[in-house]
Amino acid sequence: MKTNSNTYTIIYSSVLVVVVAFLLAFVFQALKPAQDVNVALDKQKQILYSLNIRGLDNIAAAAKYKEVVIADDIIDSNDKVVKAGSQGGTEAGFMLSSADYKAGKLALFRCKVDGKIKYVIPVYGMGLWGPINGYLAINDDKVTVFGAYFNHESETAGLGAEIKDNQKWQEKFQGKKLFKSGDNQNIALSTPKKVDDPATQVDGVSGATLTSNGVTAMFKECLTKYLKFLNDK
Amino acid sequence: MGLFSKQNKQVLAKPLSLDNPIMVQVLGICSALAVTSQLKPAIVMGLAVTVITAFSNVIISIIRKSIPMRIRIIVQLVVVAALVTIVSQILKAFAYDVSVQLSVYVGLIITNCILMGRLEAFAMMNKPWPSFLDGIGNGLGYAMILIIVGFVRELFGRGTLLGFQVLPDSYVGNGMMTMPAMALILLGCIIWVHRAYFYKEEESK
Repeated sequence: MKTNSNTYTIIYSSVLVVVVAFLLAFVFQALKPAQDVNVALDKQKQILYSLNIRGLDNIAAAAKYKEVVIADDIIDSNDKVVKAGSQGGTEAGFMLSSADYKAGKLALFRCKVDGKIKYVIPVYGMGLWGPINGYLAINDDKVTVFGAYFNHESETAGLGAEIKDNQKWQEKFQGKKLFKSGDNQNIALSTPKKVDDPATQVDGVSGATLTSNGVTAMFKECLTKYLKFLNDK
Repeated sequence: MGLFSKQNKQVLAKPLSLDNPIMVQVLGICSALAVTSQLKPAIVMGLAVTVITAFSNVIISIIRKSIPMRIRIIVQLVVVAALVTIVSQILKAFAYDVSVQLSVYVGLIITNCILMGRLEAFAMMNKPWPSFLDGIGNGLGYAMILIIVGFVRELFGRGTLLGFQVLPDSYVGNGMMTMPAMALILLGCIIWVHRAYFYKEEESK
């Protein structure tokens, strides 16, 4: 067979591309349902992590989420409920993405942990290489952080990725305040290189200054949208 | 030729030391620096590269006689990219935790020069079974170095191994170790030791 002729080369590449395209499309379609279930479950787990509920297996986590989350509301920046969520909800606020968020639809998870009301606020931002996001659980005083969880898409392993992998770092957020006392209009919670105010600041991840800056910017941008809600006591 | 003839054994064993992809062929350095600040991603990356090198070697070896020479690199790339995508989709569906961990490394596998190097240098000229062994051997040779570097960097960088505290709590992590530059220095040391004691460039010929 003459494998060097132009016709052969063109036919060969066309056939190859079509075969690979069909194969990938087939694999994607066949696996999509299983992947969606995993993604939703992962999101539920992340919300639980921010409430300091860790170490559950998949089934226990799904059950716990149903029990803990009272409502997954969608609110707007005037603290008006746009769409009310439901107990253990996965239909309203749970479905929102960072795009909805930019359009002003804000998710708010009202939760009950050990009889106490907690609010979980999703936050979205940019790290060094790609998007980062997280969940911030706050107490019912709407100032004190109860717990935090962060996730990223492509931060460097061992450096920026520590925002997700380092549980101890996430635990440092517990008990921090969103605002400096007396100023409830500017979000003070941040992760700088050098901590001046231990009440509102967490030491940034060493070796990941840019990712830490991204986390600070994420707090500022996202929590500011919730100002009305946070000041409505 | 038997499945594990002397020749095949050599194909499998040579990349582990005498023809190691990182130490001797000096391929795949960039990913070796990027993923080794901790042991766990280093292990996962090593295994993923082993599996994908082995299977892309087999596929290319099967179709090697039909590939038009002028577009062979493109064909190799398409096969590797398709394989990596399928593996990542399967992981997402059935081992979500692992796929989340692998996220960025999957992309890195496509551009890993070891894969292209092996496809071009071995699979294009050999039968599927030796190609498979060559892929496994090179993958393991790569994984081995990654694990050594990851071990040292995590141990001295943070005093942990696989996330567990090993050195006493009073040990202050050496931040330098978590920097990619240190991986290059460590890699240099490994190559130095290897050349000094195990690998004789002239005598092996």
